Amino acid sequence: MTALSTMSAPTLVTKNADLRPLPWRRMAWVTWRQHRTALIGVFAFVGAAALCLLIVGLQLHHAYAAAIACHPANSTACTGTVAHFNGIGNFLSNGVLFLVLPPLIGAFIGAPLLAREFEAGTFRYAWTQGFGRWRWTLAKLVALGVMVTVASGALSVLASWYYQPYFASGSQSLSLTTFNPLNPGLFEQRGVAFAAWTLAAFAIGALAGVLIRRVVPAIVTTLAVSGALAFATGGWLRMHYLTPLVTKGLNVPGSARIVSQWGSRGGRVVFTGPPSYPIYQQYCPAQAGLGKGDGSSSGDPLQCLAQHGFTFWTSYQPAGRFWAFQWIEGGWLFALSVLLIGATVWLVRRRAV
Amino acid sequence: MNVIETHSLGKSYGATKALHDCNLAIPEGHVAALVGPNGAGKSTLLNLAVGLATPTSGELSVLGGYHAGSLPALDGIGFVAQDTPLYKNLSAADMLHLTRDLNRQFDQDYAEARLAELGIPKERKAGKLSGGQQAQLALTLALARRPRLLVLDEPVAMLDPIARHDFMATVLTAAADDGVSVLLSSHVLAELERVADYLVMMSLGRIQVAGEVDDLLAGHRVLTGPTAEASRYDQWPVVHIASGGAQAHLLVRTTADDPVPPGWEAHPVGLEELALGYLREPGAGALPGPVRNWDADPAEVAR
Repeated sequence: MTALSTMSAPTLVTKNADLRPLPWRRMAWVTWRQHRTALIGVFAFVGAAALCLLIVGLQLHHAYAAAIACHPANSTACTGTVAHFNGIGNFLSNGVLFLVLPPLIGAFIGAPLLAREFEAGTFRYAWTQGFGRWRWTLAKLVALGVMVTVASGALSVLASWYYQPYFASGSQSLSLTTFNPLNPGLFEQRGVAFAAWTLAAFAIGALAGVLIRRVVPAIVTTLAVSGALAFATGGWLRMHYLTPLVTKGLNVPGSARIVSQWGSRGGRVVFTGPPSYPIYQQYCPAQAGLGKGDGSSSGDPLQCLAQHGFTFWTSYQPAGRFWAFQWIEGGWLFALSVLLIGATVWLVRRRAV
Repeated sequence: MNVIETHSLGKSYGATKALHDCNLAIPEGHVAALVGPNGAGKSTLLNLAVGLATPTSGELSVLGGYHAGSLPALDGIGFVAQDTPLYKNLSAADMLHLTRDLNRQFDQDYAEARLAELGIPKERKAGKLSGGQQAQLALTLALARRPRLLVLDEPVAMLDPIARHDFMATVLTAAADDGVSVLLSSHVLAELERVADYLVMMSLGRIQVAGEVDDLLAGHRVLTGPTAEASRYDQWPVVHIASGGAQAHLLVRTTADDPVPPGWEAHPVGLEELALGYLREPGAGALPGPVRNWDADPAEVAR
């Protein structure tokens, strides 16, 4: 009859869950054992990349030292040292080689983390153990997220060292190759951005896994989303982190990155980008022939246009904003990662099976 | 203490009602069998009990008043899911280690002794074990946690007869020796008589029958008589009429003490026969407690 009386009562749950949760360190071996293959893969990739950077980087730094120490600068021997420096590590210079790392980590560590549990049905085992499902999820996400972020952060420290000679002042006068630190591809490899991109891709993968619940579609989605985000950021968003500086003319100081250029006349914008051929033809036909190679024209075409009342403008991001941009990019990517990881844990806790 | 207790419990997946208006209270110390056709809601009820799913309506408590899925509930319930999912690339020893780390209690000696007894090599990957060995490993992991309630979802559906027998023997030993309460869902009616002392039958997302097997058997009889009379029979509630030729067999709710009508013969009913009768009549019900489809025999209400 006790059963009968409790069943008619409005509340069945009479006891509070006052049990202390198991300590987090219990997840250490669990996480390592289940993900060691993928982690070893990542560490092997990062290690190989680091070794490559180190070997080529040492040559590069030596060549750089030789090139700037050479006197007189215009001697044949010195031209040779410059050419030697400029010829080293061109396969690394565009940076694309390392940019695949964050999406790959997202796809092969982040995405399968939960998708594989769903696909194999093992979540029914893992989530009914005494540790509890949301704590299990959080422990794994944090441990693996920290590991991949630290690994890629270490790689980007090495990359920062590698690229140093390309940013040194005075290189230009020696006709040594220089890079713009804000260039897409290069920007992401240095500073805090690389580690932040890795964490963000990992978090995108984890969320894709819990939403899609199938390994291969989750991997594909992760690659697509993190790739698209990187392209959108490099191609557009990054240049608007801070309001661009605007200068009259078409030349910008040093290694600043040009955001846009336009021309105005009488206070109105009449064209965007550099002046086009039709505009030259209309106002400065003598100079319009320039670049056609007929040699008949003379004088500066821009000066000619300026005489017709045109003003040229360039908006740009100075290279000195590199670290500001690094922290902005690192900051929003970190915030995004925390948000995505939080959403993943919330979904695991809330979502009915 | 009731190992599981529900009040107007309901669970919907979108527009589909997997479970509705379920009232159930299974006392501890039983091996309870959850029986019903596919889609009756057995797995849904078990998923709710172990906290993998959350109710859409109504209430559910386990182990005498804990939220399903709360830490004490997770702690006290060992669950072996359908198809006994294990990490295929982990060895049996690794699965033991994993389960030990993920739980407050884990009887390593028991688990290792069980594996040795079953002849399961500790270093072999779980995915390389036979179906019966995988099921036994999953069961060993659940039992080594020393749970108060063992929940098994279709544990023997994929096993051959020998593996099935061995698996159920392990379950029954744990129930008898360690006093573990068991709730298992099964298709295999023939097993029930040997295994279960508490029966819960489900149909169409509802609880159809719930009670101790002895009470249920005492409360039902099979009457055999002329088919022509069968449809007019109304002395006791008829669960199911099986008519073959001139003779009809009626599964009715009555006790041995009740007088048998003239022209009819009464037999005691077996558990399998009783279960089949109810399976064939999804609308019929025999429930203890406050919810009854009709006036039940008082013998079934009393516990």
